[in-house]
Amino acid sequence: MLDYVISKYNFWIYIILMMIGLYAMIGKKNLVKKLIGMNIFQSAIILFYVSTGVKAGATVPILSGHGHGHGHEVIEVAKYINPLPHVLMLTAIVVSIATTGVAIATLILIYRKYNTLEEDEILMIRKETGV
Amino acid sequence: MIWQLDLILCLFIIICAIAAINVKDLLAAVIILGAYSFFMCLLWTEMGAVDVAFTEASVGAGVGTVLFIAAVSKTKRRSKD
Repeated sequence: MLDYVISKYNFWIYIILMMIGLYAMIGKKNLVKKLIGMNIFQSAIILFYVSTGVKAGATVPILSGHGHGHGHEVIEVAKYINPLPHVLMLTAIVVSIATTGVAIATLILIYRKYNTLEEDEILMIRKETGV
Repeated sequence: MIWQLDLILCLFIIICAIAAINVKDLLAAVIILGAYSFFMCLLWTEMGAVDVAFTEASVGAGVGTVLFIAAVSKTKRRSKD
């Protein structure tokens, strides 16, 4: 049992990272801190997906020595890391940056309206003004 | 994949994440988040995902940090927690 836990140590580290991000999103009052927590959460999930493609003793998924006329040799799949999670997570990284950009634009608008970025102060101002 | 290097990089990433959350100065937190992204890039190179690694280095660490610094300079730099 302990061997099983230790041999999958990277999954536990990703879960710890994900929980750090979740705590920052829920427990912190500052909106920029919440955004940083969201980034950490996203990258923990991307780490998990990329780590599922890793094989022991394999190399990067770039073909060498094939093609250009003598393309009849058999490609051994076990020699190359699975590139499918990489391609999917490439899209996820770009989407996460787009999400961050929209969130930062919203954050600047909130700062212009309420002149603060702390969640409790914004809620207090909203309660006092009655909107 | 070398498990010693993997473990050290994972520990550095966790340290960077905790530091980015707990620092009160928002500009420092954003710069630590950039360091976190670069450690993530190293971890991906070590895992063999080179395409993800250079996308993270340019888009995640570069553009993301620039966006965050722009937001912090447009708003307040101090945070209460």
